[in-house]
Amino acid sequence: MWDVILKASGETLYMVFWSTLFSVILGFIPAIILVLTSPDGLKPNKAVYETLSLIVNVFRSFPFIILMVILIPFTRVIVGRAIGTKAAIVPLTISAIPFIARVFENSLREVDPGVIEAARSFGASNFKIITHVYLKEGLPAMISGITLLIINLLGYSAMGGAIGAGGIGDVALRYGYQQYKIDYLIVTSIVLIVFVQLVQMIGNYIYKKLA
Amino acid sequence: MIEIRNLHKSFTDMQVLKDVTITINDGDIYGIIGQSGAGKSTLLRCINGLEPFQSGSIIIDGEKVEDIKGKELRILQSKMGMIFQNFNLLNRLTVYENVALPLQFWGKKTNTPEVKNKINSLLKLVGLEDKAQSRPRELSGGQKQRVAIARALVMDPKILLCDEATSALDPKITHGILELLQRINKEMGITIVVVTHQMEVVKQICQTVAFLKDGQVLASGRPEELFIRPIKEIKAFLQEESELLPDNGVNFQLFFSDSSSDPLITMMARDLNIDFSIVWGKLEDFRSSIYGSLVINVAVENADKVKAYLDEHEVAWEVL
Repeated sequence: MWDVILKASGETLYMVFWSTLFSVILGFIPAIILVLTSPDGLKPNKAVYETLSLIVNVFRSFPFIILMVILIPFTRVIVGRAIGTKAAIVPLTISAIPFIARVFENSLREVDPGVIEAARSFGASNFKIITHVYLKEGLPAMISGITLLIINLLGYSAMGGAIGAGGIGDVALRYGYQQYKIDYLIVTSIVLIVFVQLVQMIGNYIYKKLA
Repeated sequence: MIEIRNLHKSFTDMQVLKDVTITINDGDIYGIIGQSGAGKSTLLRCINGLEPFQSGSIIIDGEKVEDIKGKELRILQSKMGMIFQNFNLLNRLTVYENVALPLQFWGKKTNTPEVKNKINSLLKLVGLEDKAQSRPRELSGGQKQRVAIARALVMDPKILLCDEATSALDPKITHGILELLQRINKEMGITIVVVTHQMEVVKQICQTVAFLKDGQVLASGRPEELFIRPIKEIKAFLQEESELLPDNGVNFQLFFSDSSSDPLITMMARDLNIDFSIVWGKLEDFRSSIYGSLVINVAVENADKVKAYLDEHEVAWEVL
């Protein structure tokens, strides 16, 4: 049993790590565009904001399991194959991008508008305002958002079993649920609880350090 | 010099500034006073281009604010420091880093000895040299505003714009901040424009003042002129309309300035050999000089004598 759990833990961490990394990088771009073009942003633009906002909402509305199936051809193009742990990173990332984009947008828009105005009054360019004010002041909230994202991805990765990605959730489902192996069910649950707790604790710690 | 000519500004369908024309001379401390919603802060933001305006002109040392855009406007902004009611410091940066921030916006190195010296001397100027490594949340309101002042001076501006800079502070702290602003004006020759609704700000530091109501400049000039003999709207602003005056006799209001040091009231009683009652009076301190007015009630038959006497002694007066 322990071999199975250990291997599955590794797969889960692998999927969550890469999908977090990619979605944070890729979600950052729409987040910045949303912040810039929002009604209270530096370059308000209703058309761009509403369109991008709609796209984000549409992608967020897809149930993950459906998204995973829809994305199979796309995954095949990117990874070369549609099943396996590596392949699961693609739908995980795609589903996480709109989520983290929205979370980042909210984190950044919460930055005190007075501080933004002060920066403008010193003649700061929009680029400098983003790098030196928005990102600086919004960082703790963004870290909280990433914590939330990782925990969400831990949950989603459990569904990766459907495309043969393995992982803790998959073990719980195949051994625990389908084969009535209660011990597997308990151990996998505990492992997931520990993961979530750890992520939350680390996230809170970094937040406190930064805030 | 800041010249504002026939400035009009409106937000969608509401007009906030109507035909504003004022001139702010170099080295002046210029007050813009009025109730909340009078358009004072908007006017201030037009000066440094944070707010666009529909018509009129703002000329700063020959440069028309409405004509420049992009980087040119940003360069102009960098020559004007600004401080705010809520200080607007970055909470995650230290005091030192906050002061250095405008330099970073302009891509200047902040770790050279000259820059370190400069920031430390600014912190010394505002009295916070021991707080360089503190974060804003560890500071009091007055200290935060001092950091903001140091930050506003780091780009060597010629003009400092103050938007209700003391409105969130208690009277004693306000006094200290105003003293600092006055020092900056005198020692560094920086023109200061203060927007405020607090009379004490105007009285303590302003050399010139404009009174703004509903987006219009109703009066401008030296504060002692505006506030010792106030027009109706300024009286309303000062909430002075409830003076109770006797119904019989003639009520004279006399105006004094620092230079009129003769004990005029008692002299007049003796010289004219008449009696009158003192009804009401006030003394105000403008930039450490005393100005005031006094209302006396004189019997009708003595009114002409009093008028002649006051004119002879060159005392400003009016009959209420």
